Amino acid sequence: MKFGIVVFPGTWSDRDCYYALNDVLGQEVDYIWHKETDLSKYDCIILPGGFSYGDYLRPGAIARFSPVMASIERFVCQDRLVIGICNGFQVLCEAGLLPGALLRNDHLQYRCQRVQLKVENNSSPFTSQCKGEQVLRMPISHYEGRYYADDVTLAELEANNCVVFRYSTSTGDITEAANPNGSLHNIAGIINKKGNVLGMMPHPERACEPILGSNDGNLIWESIVVHL
Amino acid sequence: MSISKEILDKIALSRREYQLIVERLGREPSEVELGMFGSLWSEHCGYKHSKALLKHLPLGGQRVMVRPGEENAGVVDIGDGLVLVMKIESHNHPSAIEPYQGAATGVGGIVRDIFTMGARPIALLNSLRFGPLSDLHNRYLFGGVVGGIASYGNCLGIPDMGGEVFFADCYSANPLVNALCLGVAEGKNLVKARAYGEGNLLMLVGADTGRDGLHGASGLASRTFEEERELRPTVQVGNPFLEKLLIEACLELAETDWIAGMQDLGAAGLTSAAVESAARGKGGIEIDVLKVPRREKGMTPYEVMLSESQERMLVIVKKGYQDKVRAVFDHWELHSDVIGQVTVDGLARIKEGEKVVAEVPMNLLTSPPLYRRRVKKPRWLDELQSFNVTSVPDLSPREVGPVLLRLLASPNIASRHSVYRQYDHQVGDNAVVLPGNDAAVLRLKGTKKAISLTTDGNGRYCYLNPYVSGAITVAEAARNSACSGAQPLAITDCLNLGNPERDDIYYQLKECIAGMARACRKLRIPVISGNVSLYNETRDEAIYPTPVVGMVGLIEDVTRHCASGFKEEGDLVFLLGDNRTVDSSLGGSEYLELVHSLVKGSPSIDLDLEKRLHRCCLEAIKRGIINSAHDCSEGGLAVSLAESCLLGGLGFNSRSWNLEGRLDAALFGEAQSRIVVSVAPKLAAKLEAIASKWQVPVRKLGVVGGGRFIIEGYIDLSLEEAREVWWGGLEKYQ
Repeated sequence: MKFGIVVFPGTWSDRDCYYALNDVLGQEVDYIWHKETDLSKYDCIILPGGFSYGDYLRPGAIARFSPVMASIERFVCQDRLVIGICNGFQVLCEAGLLPGALLRNDHLQYRCQRVQLKVENNSSPFTSQCKGEQVLRMPISHYEGRYYADDVTLAELEANNCVVFRYSTSTGDITEAANPNGSLHNIAGIINKKGNVLGMMPHPERACEPILGSNDGNLIWESIVVHL
Repeated sequence: MSISKEILDKIALSRREYQLIVERLGREPSEVELGMFGSLWSEHCGYKHSKALLKHLPLGGQRVMVRPGEENAGVVDIGDGLVLVMKIESHNHPSAIEPYQGAATGVGGIVRDIFTMGARPIALLNSLRFGPLSDLHNRYLFGGVVGGIASYGNCLGIPDMGGEVFFADCYSANPLVNALCLGVAEGKNLVKARAYGEGNLLMLVGADTGRDGLHGASGLASRTFEEERELRPTVQVGNPFLEKLLIEACLELAETDWIAGMQDLGAAGLTSAAVESAARGKGGIEIDVLKVPRREKGMTPYEVMLSESQERMLVIVKKGYQDKVRAVFDHWELHSDVIGQVTVDGLARIKEGEKVVAEVPMNLLTSPPLYRRRVKKPRWLDELQSFNVTSVPDLSPREVGPVLLRLLASPNIASRHSVYRQYDHQVGDNAVVLPGNDAAVLRLKGTKKAISLTTDGNGRYCYLNPYVSGAITVAEAARNSACSGAQPLAITDCLNLGNPERDDIYYQLKECIAGMARACRKLRIPVISGNVSLYNETRDEAIYPTPVVGMVGLIEDVTRHCASGFKEEGDLVFLLGDNRTVDSSLGGSEYLELVHSLVKGSPSIDLDLEKRLHRCCLEAIKRGIINSAHDCSEGGLAVSLAESCLLGGLGFNSRSWNLEGRLDAALFGEAQSRIVVSVAPKLAAKLEAIASKWQVPVRKLGVVGGGRFIIEGYIDLSLEEAREVWWGGLEKYQ
């Protein structure tokens, strides 16, 4: 199986994703320049973090028009796996592959810190290796990470078990204090209805070795590998 | 000579300097030529007041690959075929005028200095100074600067590992914003900033050239300023996205043999980039300003040559490789234009089409007059230093706890999390010890090694005793490295002072450099790069002389690193180093200013003890004996102990600590050469043996554990109470 990491102008988590998957987990990985359109050799596509096109206009608003995005849409229709992290999540929302939007953090500041994530759905292809209600530790790093959707969409997400991760305390309580950016329902990550597209603001690729403070992020990659 | 004072003021040249130019040139300079002289002879580019003094700093060393000034940044060899490239630079004046963009472009500039050498930037740090946050304008400056650093650095994907921030009245109108960048490269891929090889092409890459930033080097950075609002348009606006593309494209080129050199455009724009790289290459250059892509219509050759538009690089392309190089820039969607070529006639020739608008021998441009003066110690300094401690009453045991809480809440001591959580410090997957400790630690992938990074500088000390404080600045940075388990490798320094044309300021500069030089020699740490920022004053009020030292240290085995917070319940806490209570250690302390509103006295340091202390601490960490190490600095021993508790989330209990001498000096005095360490009880004897081997005094202070901070008979605080004031002390202003 093979992972493909999309690189837009301004992407920077591409190298960290590559490191976590290739150096730490021994998986086959390629970079995909945003102008490429042939994704046939990949089993899972990663849209990594960064500031694609400088986040100008709105994060993800320009990147969604890159040539690779049309191919990713087809890729999703073929029920293959796509994961968007941070800026990648923003791109997926802008492209309409996931519902809702990521607004500026409620405190209007950039936030880089370690957070706890409660796994709300461990039956997705991205979380099967997590225990039910497990609390994962990994960092966030964003200015626009406040998940927002209208009431109907939110209700649908909840009803369909599409909320995969919520910001929580270390014991798994979903509190306002544990929410680093004002996301509705403490949402940190969601999947689409079919369950083959995951978007999340926290960075699993930064939690790939104990020396970095956590290797909980590997559970996500390992889940993908098991699924495929 | 008909040159007006107005014109000379604009480019910050004196009439005598102008006459010197006429004399050397044998004629009056043209407008463009004069502009070029003004920039290159500015303090910022030419170091005319500081060069003679800076040469006293030790520059060489076994690991040092290039000497300061030879390249854009300093280089040290760390083995495994890898080199580290490091530099710090000030962006004080632009940040005072437009804090967000000023600080942002400061980051952009220092990052270019690093990748222009073919090194991938892997860490940023910032050393910041502002006036008290009780003032609204200072809060605006503080918020703007931190926001600007965050916006630019985060967009680049370079981790910002913190640094330092302090507050004092003297920085109110003149904040300090020093940005440090460190990069790593394979030694064989290092790129020189040299324009050589006749017929090689000068290619300008990145942003188009506009009228922004005219006279940045000569005007902003080289004189005091009174009418800041008027100068606002001289501050450039950054485009970090463009810079990110430049990083990737230039690093790709660094791995080829298609280019002869690279030089970023910073202060004095195209003028300094072209002239300095050609001077290093011992050749000449010819540029046609019509070929420079413009952002605005109607720009004169003068404006093109002096524009400080950001995110531009000058690449010296080998003859015949133009298309290949252009293809790399095209891939990254960057503009690139050939604007001239390298010549061998030793002249800087600037043309507008066929018309020559400047033609000056290179060596005249790069050899400004150097000033050196004899100055005496100013009398006001004697008065400040002759401080008698008995003039302030000691604290009673009852007062100690509340004073400790006040200190922990002081913006100079309180937790800096509200600053560094705005910086992405984890991108890159290398951060092992995060900001908020004595030094940050980054591992180097592909090796067993790690590096530590810290910036240090205490303007208040330096105001009171520039010589001793120069030494302390170096010693403290090295001590912070040692606390992380890293052998100090090299220094980059940024000297922020007032107007050097004033005797007392020149004295500060001279003494401060001498003190730094002494400590560098004693501790065997070379200075590999640096920057001076003079003229930091407003309405004749100078800032505290503020030398800032950025230090990189090397940890051979990443698993043997150390952080500042206590780790285990039951560990014993020891003080390594000077454990006598010396009343004079209150001089210049945070305590003295906060509680008694006094900035008086004089700090002191014993460099021999300091050196032994570092070795002792390093050995204890290398052998895995101690669990935490934290140096004593602002706020003294009590604050250091409390910080280790707060960082580790564990209490401290001392039952048998007989405090000697004055209580305030024992707990809050700022004697140098002290480190608080914690150690498992069964390893305590080993620690004592190492201390005795290095002849470092060692003294048991107490035990780690519980939820309180207790020094029996004096202090008994709940950790929560202490945490609340410490955590909120700075955060409440953001």
